[in-house]
Amino acid sequence: MLKINYFASVREQTGIGSENLELPAGINTTGELADYLAARGANWEVLRSPSDLLIAVNQAICSREQQLSADDEVAFFPPMTGG
Amino acid sequence: MQNTTVPVHILVTAADFDLAAEYAAARCDSTNPGAIVTFSGLVREVYSEHSCDDQDQTLTLEHYPGMTEQALKHIAEQAVARWPLQSVRIIHRVGTLLPADQIVLVICSSAHRHAAFESAEFIMDYLKTSAPFWKKQIRGDESYWVDSRESDYQAMARWQTGTDQKYGSK
Repeated sequence: MLKINYFASVREQTGIGSENLELPAGINTTGELADYLAARGANWEVLRSPSDLLIAVNQAICSREQQLSADDEVAFFPPMTGG
Repeated sequence: MQNTTVPVHILVTAADFDLAAEYAAARCDSTNPGAIVTFSGLVREVYSEHSCDDQDQTLTLEHYPGMTEQALKHIAEQAVARWPLQSVRIIHRVGTLLPADQIVLVICSSAHRHAAFESAEFIMDYLKTSAPFWKKQIRGDESYWVDSRESDYQAMARWQTGTDQKYGSK
């Protein structure tokens, strides 16, 4: 089961902070997962934007080409603004 | 090469920190230190042209528990690998803060000042864009997520060229 986290503006737009999801058939990469989730509706379109969206798998930043495993922890969030 | 014996303390917390206590701890962690640089970041008041009452403005910090601590540790370890440091402490607050509140603390100790100055600046430059924190500015009924700034990415990138690192490197 994937654990998916959403943070900050992405969390507010999708309306949820986290969810568990069975890795959908035919989805192999983070980018494919993002597009799959974006198809849920207008609130999810933020996941399509490669420029405004960062992706982490198992708490490490990765590209949209990162391969997914069934039990990965995935997170979607905007650029970071610490300090 | 990374020296794994250098004490690195990372804390992500809602609580405020005591500068004197953290300085004392950094001093205690160090072996014959010649220089300790402490950087503290504070919440700035943000003014707007259509508001003269800024009493109610706050800054809320969200983060990614687990990844945040790992990212800060990774940044500290990069500094330890790059400069001859004796200790590193990073404290970053989360939750809702008011203008003038302390938000972040970086303390680096070394035998000499350049390594301590440069590593503290390096850690702050990386922390701005590479640790999963997000700031939301709230004033009355208005709120917005603080945008990442190109200047912060440039500040981080200059450490990759090496042109700004003149002293104290390993």
